[in-house]
Amino acid sequence: MGSRASTLLREEEIEEIKKETGFSHSQITRLYSRFTSLDKGENGTLSREDFQRIPELAINPLGDRIINAFFPEGEDQVNFRGFMRTLAHFRPIEDNEKNKDPTASEPLNSRSNKLLFAFRLYDLDRDDKISRDELLQVLRMMVGVNISDEQLGSIADRTIQEADQNGDNSISFNEFIKKVCL
Amino acid sequence: YFLLNFNPFDNLLCILLGISFTVWFTLLLVFIIVPAIFGVSFGIRQLYMKTLLKIFEWATHRIERGAKDNNHLLYKPYSNAIIAKEPTSLEEEIKEIRRSGSNRDLDHASEFEMSDIFYFCRQGVESIMDDEVTKRFSAEELESWNLLTRSNYNFQHISLRLTVLWGLGVVIRYGFLLPLRVTLAFTGVGLLVVLTSIIGFLPNGRMKNFLSEQVHLMCYRICVRALTAIITYHDSENKPKNGGICVANHTSPIDVIILASDGCYAMVGQIHGGLMGVIQKSMVKACPHIWFERSEVKDRHLVAKRLSDHVEDKTKLPILIFPEGTCINNTSVMMFKKGSFEIGSTVYPVAIKYDPRFGDAFWNSSQFGMVNYLLRMMSSWAIVCSVWYLPPMTREEGEDAVQFANRVKAAIARQGGLVDLLWDGGLKRGKVKDTFKEEQQKLYSKMLVGTQEDRSRS
Repeated sequence: MGSRASTLLREEEIEEIKKETGFSHSQITRLYSRFTSLDKGENGTLSREDFQRIPELAINPLGDRIINAFFPEGEDQVNFRGFMRTLAHFRPIEDNEKNKDPTASEPLNSRSNKLLFAFRLYDLDRDDKISRDELLQVLRMMVGVNISDEQLGSIADRTIQEADQNGDNSISFNEFIKKVCL
Repeated sequence: YFLLNFNPFDNLLCILLGISFTVWFTLLLVFIIVPAIFGVSFGIRQLYMKTLLKIFEWATHRIERGAKDNNHLLYKPYSNAIIAKEPTSLEEEIKEIRRSGSNRDLDHASEFEMSDIFYFCRQGVESIMDDEVTKRFSAEELESWNLLTRSNYNFQHISLRLTVLWGLGVVIRYGFLLPLRVTLAFTGVGLLVVLTSIIGFLPNGRMKNFLSEQVHLMCYRICVRALTAIITYHDSENKPKNGGICVANHTSPIDVIILASDGCYAMVGQIHGGLMGVIQKSMVKACPHIWFERSEVKDRHLVAKRLSDHVEDKTKLPILIFPEGTCINNTSVMMFKKGSFEIGSTVYPVAIKYDPRFGDAFWNSSQFGMVNYLLRMMSSWAIVCSVWYLPPMTREEGEDAVQFANRVKAAIARQGGLVDLLWDGGLKRGKVKDTFKEEQQKLYSKMLVGTQEDRSRS
């Protein structure tokens, strides 16, 4: 019934996404509605322009980096599964999940995966290290034109000094976790 | 012999058709057009509205029961919040994140922490999941179903009775209501064009103004019935007076018809071609409206001059303006353009709120053209709305046009139960200005550099 029946999500798909991401049935339907409203081209995928059309995201200093996190290496379109997989990182950790079967694969919203998401916002070239340049780039995005190069450089140096433990002048994922240690 | 082969039933058919047309038009005249001329109502529409509401309630109840049988939760757009968020400032949130981090040495307030990006990260993903702006440019989602296919989001086939009811609805709406309304619309518009052109021949004076007002009111009332619009006007003592500017929130072109059927206004707008242009040219013969050529619209000084000239002449009608500049979906009020608030005359704010259960009045101009939109309007159940006339406002000492505009906007939003947003309705089509991003960057930089200054002082 209804002209939108063809765009409704099938039950099997909802179940698969539920298993993979842990979102509830109504959350998935809600996010699907959001996905289709962002998909102006109505071709079942989102492009970077679709994200940039959200004003609150466009004015976010790290907006471009966050958008990038949704797109797999070298691709320009993301489908609903990919969209949900990335959003799943932000689902709060529920109590009943902490005692889950330890042999099951790590859930997308585990603490480690959340930290990895943030780490990847810094580590643009995906070499598992945040170099001084990469840190400077992110700092520059966040402060705009309000801080001079020298000041920013000294902030970056100080940060690396404090976090770097193995002396390679860059921050690895483990060093990042220790520094941020929530 | 030719005559003997003539089928006698054809004759009968003609007679029957003739009779039914006559009956049809008489009913139309008595129950709709004559009351429209005199501004009287039989109360038929109110009865219709109550009946419909009962049916919708039943339909929704049935769907909820059906969903429960299939053992899953029904999706309700407003009760299922997806984000648990309390609004705080950038500084507070980043401090909160730092406090829960490893660097618990609070007197050594550090300048930059790697965990700071969590704030921007979360803000960004929250806005991807749900933001305040983009949803204003598409039709409001309903919690219940009103038997229209177009507002069916995930209500699938539940029961035979429901489908039959829906089918019946289709037949009534497209077979009976739509032709009726189209007839009325043509009558209303036709009368407007013809009568205003006739009045145009009269010499200027009180008689002409009086007749012009009556003609405009009558034709708009017929158009109101053409849409089966059920309007409730509140606080009519605040109705706009000559020499004032009436501002209202904008949802669709129908707003004009709704307001103009209860009072007389001077319209402002660009001259169009085609049927619209014909209507505009004949309207201006009867009383002064403000129509601009396409080239003149860009010239802000010219526009302001013509508007202020109009309001200074107290014999001319109050101007009707929609300061948002574009149609919004009636869940919020967006930024008012300051042009009309610089003129310095009394502003009469009006809030218009549509009831979305009977038909969605929002015109999504990127989705449908005008004709398509009007057909959709005329095949909905009804347009139900409330109009509030707010007390007049004037610019206060020390208030600039933008502040005045925001004050008026807040009053309209409050009365209509709409969300008051600072975002520009132009974001429907255009990009957001970089200045907003720069503001965020400045705020964050202050957090970093601010502590530097303290340190250098000690």
